[in-house]
Order: sequence, then structure tokens, then C-alpha cells
Amino acid sequence: MAEIALEDITKRYPDGFEAVKHMDLDVPDSEFIILVGPSGCGKSTALRMIAGLEDITDGELKIGGEVVNDRAPKDRDIAMVFQNYALYPHMTVGENMGFALKLAHVDKQEIAQKVNEAAKTLDLTQHLDRKPANLSGGQRQRVAMGRAIVRDPKAFLMDEPLSNLDAKLRVQMRTEVSRIQKRLGTTTVYVTHDQTEAMTLGDRVAVMRSGELQQVGKPQELYEHPRNIFVAGFIGSPAMNFMPVKVEGTNIVTPIGDVPLSDEQRRALEGDGTGDLIAGIRPEDFEDAALVGDQRDRGITFNARIDVLESMGAEFYAYFSVEAQETVSSQELQELAEDAGTADVPSAGEAGQVVARLEPASKAAEGQEAELWLDTSKVHLFDASNGQRLGG
Amino acid sequence: MPSTGREKATWGVINVVVILAALIPVVWIMSLSFKDPSTIADGNFFPSKWSTENYSGIFQTSEFTDALRNSIGIALITTVIAVTVACMAAYAIARLNFPGKVLILTAALAVAMFPPISIVGPLFNIWREVGLYDTWPGLIIPYLSFSLPLAIYTLSAFFREIPWELEQAAQVDGATPFQAFRKVIVPLAAPGVFTTAILVFIFAWNDFLFAISLTSTNAARTVPAALSAFPGESQFTQPIGSVAAAAVIVTIPIIIMVLIFQRRIVAGLTAGAVKG
Repeated sequence: MAEIALEDITKRYPDGFEAVKHMDLDVPDSEFIILVGPSGCGKSTALRMIAGLEDITDGELKIGGEVVNDRAPKDRDIAMVFQNYALYPHMTVGENMGFALKLAHVDKQEIAQKVNEAAKTLDLTQHLDRKPANLSGGQRQRVAMGRAIVRDPKAFLMDEPLSNLDAKLRVQMRTEVSRIQKRLGTTTVYVTHDQTEAMTLGDRVAVMRSGELQQVGKPQELYEHPRNIFVAGFIGSPAMNFMPVKVEGTNIVTPIGDVPLSDEQRRALEGDGTGDLIAGIRPEDFEDAALVGDQRDRGITFNARIDVLESMGAEFYAYFSVEAQETVSSQELQELAEDAGTADVPSAGEAGQVVARLEPASKAAEGQEAELWLDTSKVHLFDASNGQRLGG
Repeated sequence: MPSTGREKATWGVINVVVILAALIPVVWIMSLSFKDPSTIADGNFFPSKWSTENYSGIFQTSEFTDALRNSIGIALITTVIAVTVACMAAYAIARLNFPGKVLILTAALAVAMFPPISIVGPLFNIWREVGLYDTWPGLIIPYLSFSLPLAIYTLSAFFREIPWELEQAAQVDGATPFQAFRKVIVPLAAPGVFTTAILVFIFAWNDFLFAISLTSTNAARTVPAALSAFPGESQFTQPIGSVAAAAVIVTIPIIIMVLIFQRRIVAGLTAGAVKG
């Protein structure tokens, strides 16, 4: 067990492409940290640099306080779980799990004992003599985990370990991974593109985009105070709604009504003057106006025609259109929106789609007007020119 | 698949013709080998008088037993060296990006395409000068140069099929690159290694051109070359029976190997053609 420190790490390929740019990240001992981001953001490259499978172009990588830049993977004492599990097909489950110990010339009896222990934890005991080809996807995934935990390494590195499983199994294994990590207390770096995994698994989450670290923090921190529009759009499902707005006096004028500025937002704006602004509203900060009761005063109400209503059982997702009055044209913003997988920010005159999460008790119906309520204290404000958050 | 009776009959006839065309020479030489020396030229397809005299005869001459020893030795050594070297070369070609990779592959292919007959003359002269004429290395070296390209091609097709993650997993598990190669990659490529070994062995075992040109005595002469030099029982008799018996004997190991590894050879020759 050890801490991992990335200091100004850069990965540059011979053609000049920088997959990871000046990455600084400290992972304290026994922390479970998630690297998350859209595909191609450099998260896997970062992980593979920690593993030693990719060379580090610039910067220093420390595991347990020692610089390991020039050490081969085998000398770093880390275990890795691969996306496709990478089980050795010619070895049995037991041999797969004991391979690393065998290479380390551990006593045969000790290997058997450690493998048995791990197999018990992972519910693999009756499969120890089978070959990986005869196992189900979930079992293979557990063998891959087992191969990592028998070694008791300094750190676990996991590269999208659950992405090959079906949805149900993924949720089940997610809990399992979390439980095992908590019990062993081994420092873990976990790469995923799935923001749900990121939010549920990690002690901390590091969001990456185009090789750059966007924000590192506790899941709730990222959710409540995204540093920029990319993190805001990436964390949370369904994604945050964005709309161009302008400020008049002490109000944010949005297509759905005027929202008072918070103190922090006002202070941030004073320094900056008034550039183009984007408001971000999470679907869960909307509600059916009929259901809010005495909270009504804390927000604003407006009428919207519901285009589509999706019922998830415990909640409804209501989609409606708003017409933007402001034009925001920012190349960076469009790229951010694409990366984040959110809908484009609508410009003036265009209709933008907004999704609202409603209680299932809501009477809202498809194709009909509904009175919705917005919690104005939860409106996020971003500077359109650079995507940065304004205010706390 | 043929469905109607007529189609079945047509296919049946075609199959029989093909099988007969392939088998008649084999049966013929076998029947010759079992003929009594006095009836060898009697014109009958099947022996009128069965005898194993030809077989016992050839094993009493050192021409044949020495040639058999040479054949086995030379073919085995060629196979071991070719497969070992080709494994490493193919691995590098499949896994690494290095300058000149394309050049190496092209050169290997060019060597495989090169007509052996064109180098026999120069080789004969060179071997006599450097003292390799009529020695085992004198045959092993040209066999290697012609079998290596084939071996490298077959093996690199196999290595390419093995997911790279396996090797990385092994490295993270604490293996040196060589351990990862030996304990993970080679066992997985075993069918390919087998196939390659058999193909190389057959090539070296069957070669006649180099064997006849670069040897002169029992010191290095292999069976195919020795057969052509078999003396008759007397100056005036043709050694047909002995040649037939020797031909049957040298074919047996090949047939056994092909029968045992038939599936693997087919898999090996088509590897890389279709992603499984």
C-alpha cells in the first residue's frame, strides 16, 4: 500500500500529439480515486503510465515516495485489471491468480493458501480448476480481480473493468469492487467513462478532458460546484441543461424567467463585467409546481409544453423546449458541449431542449402545458468565453 | 451440400477419380516394394509373389541406414533452429515497430520466392572452398534460409492473433519481457509453433535438389539423394525394389505426422486469414 503522486506528467507521442498534459495528481494511501472523462481524454494513458506500460515523456511519477519513471512494470509492485480481463487462456483460474506469486518465487503452499483465500472472497472456490474460456463474463471479471488481490500490491490500477459486463451485473460488481477496496484498503486508481461509476465508487473523482485535468474532488463537490461547464455537463445524469442568458440588474434573465443572482455570482460578475453567460440547471432542480408546497417562494414558476415524458418508475423525465434570446457563439463551448455529450447550447431564436426531473406524483402529460417550478438557488452560472464557473 | 441423388452421384464420381489419381502412384510403389526381386518386371500391378526381401535388404546396406540417420538429424536440427529463430523474429515483427520492419518482411518473402536451383551452382563452389561440402551444416544452412521466411510468416500470423494485453498483464504481474514471451505468448502460440515445425521438417525431409548437389558420400547424403544413388544387386540389375521400399519407409514418418497434426496444420495455414 502506498501513495501515488503524478507531478507535472506529460505524455507526448512521436507525432507531437499530447495525450496527457502537465498532469498533477496526488493519491493518498488507501484512497479510491476515479479518473473519468470522455473517450480520448487521456485517462487510460495516464493509468498506463502509472503501470509502466507507457513511457512518461515529462514529469515525475512517484509510488510510495520513490520515483519510478524508469522502472519496468514488474518492478513497480502494482496490479492491473484490464478492460478485457486479459486472463491467460492456457492456465486454470487458480494458476491465473497465482501466476504473479509464482513469478515472485513464492512458496507453493503459500500460493495455494493465498489463492484459496482470494477465491473465497470472490466466490470462485468451485471454479479454481476451470479454464477462463469456460467461465461467464462476471466470473472472468472476478478472476481478473482475484489476480490483483492475491498479490497484495502497492496499488490497484483498473482500466474500465466493468464495461464488458451487462447492465445488471455491472451494478452488482460495482458494489463488490467497492466492498473489496474498502476491506483491503489498497490505493486504487480506477478509469471509467461512466459518470455513474465515478460518482458511486470513488472517494475522489478526477475529471479529465483532452489530456488535461479539469477538476479533482469528492463526488458531491463536483456535482454541487463544478469548476467549469465541462465538469458540469459531464457529471450528473441526465446531464445539466445549458442555456444562454444575460444579466440585468440583480437578475439573470433566462428563457424561462428571471433568476436572482446569488451573492457570490454578483461578486464574480463585478470583476468581470458582462461577457456572454451560460446558465446551467440540473434536471433535478426542477419540479412540478403543484408539488412543491411552501418551497414555492424559493424559486420561480413557469409554464412549459411537455414534448416527451419518460417514466422511470421512481421519477419522470419531462422534456420541453425553450427559446433562447441570447446568442452565444464560442468555439470552445461547442467543443465542450460535444465532449460532455450534452445537447448544444441553443443560440438566439433557436429552440433548446430542457429536461426536468419530476416526482412521479406529477400530473404533467405529454403534449400538454404544465406549470413547473425551478429552485433558483441551484442555478449555476458560467462564463461563455472560457467555460469557467462564476460564483461559488 | 449436395441434395439430390444426381448431385450426390456426380460428386461421388469426382471424389473417387481424385482419390484414385492421388493414391495410384502410392499403391504402385508399395506394391513394387513388396514384389520379389525376380518378378519385379513382370508387368503385374499387384505382386504375384509377396516378399519383404526388399525391406530387409535396404536395412543391411549402410547406404540406406546412413542416409536415414542423416535425414533425421539434418531435418530435426533445421526444424529446431528455424522454429526458435522464427519465433523470436515473428514476435518482434508482430509486436514491435522498428525501422526496417517492412524491409525485413519483403526480404524474407523475396528469399522464399528465390528459385533454389539458381543458388545451387555457386553454393557448390563456395561449400567446397570453405569445407562445408558434404557435411551436415552444408545442408542445414541452405534449408534454414529457405524455411525461415515461411516459418516467420506463419508464426507472425499466430502471434498477431494473441491479444497484447495478455503480455502486458504478465509484465504487470512481475514477468520480465522474456518470461512473458516464454510463459504466456509461446504456450498460446503452440499450435502455430507446431504447424511451423512440421512444415519446416517436411521441407527439409523432402528436399532433393540441395541434397543431391551438395553431398557426395554417406557422410551427409540424405534419403532422397541416397535413393537416386542406390546400387543394384549386381551391375546389371536395376535396384527398383530397394528404391521402392526405401521410398515407402521415408514416407511413413511424414504420413504419421500429418495424420496426427492434420487439424493443426490446416489451422496454421489459414491462421490470420479470418478473425476467429
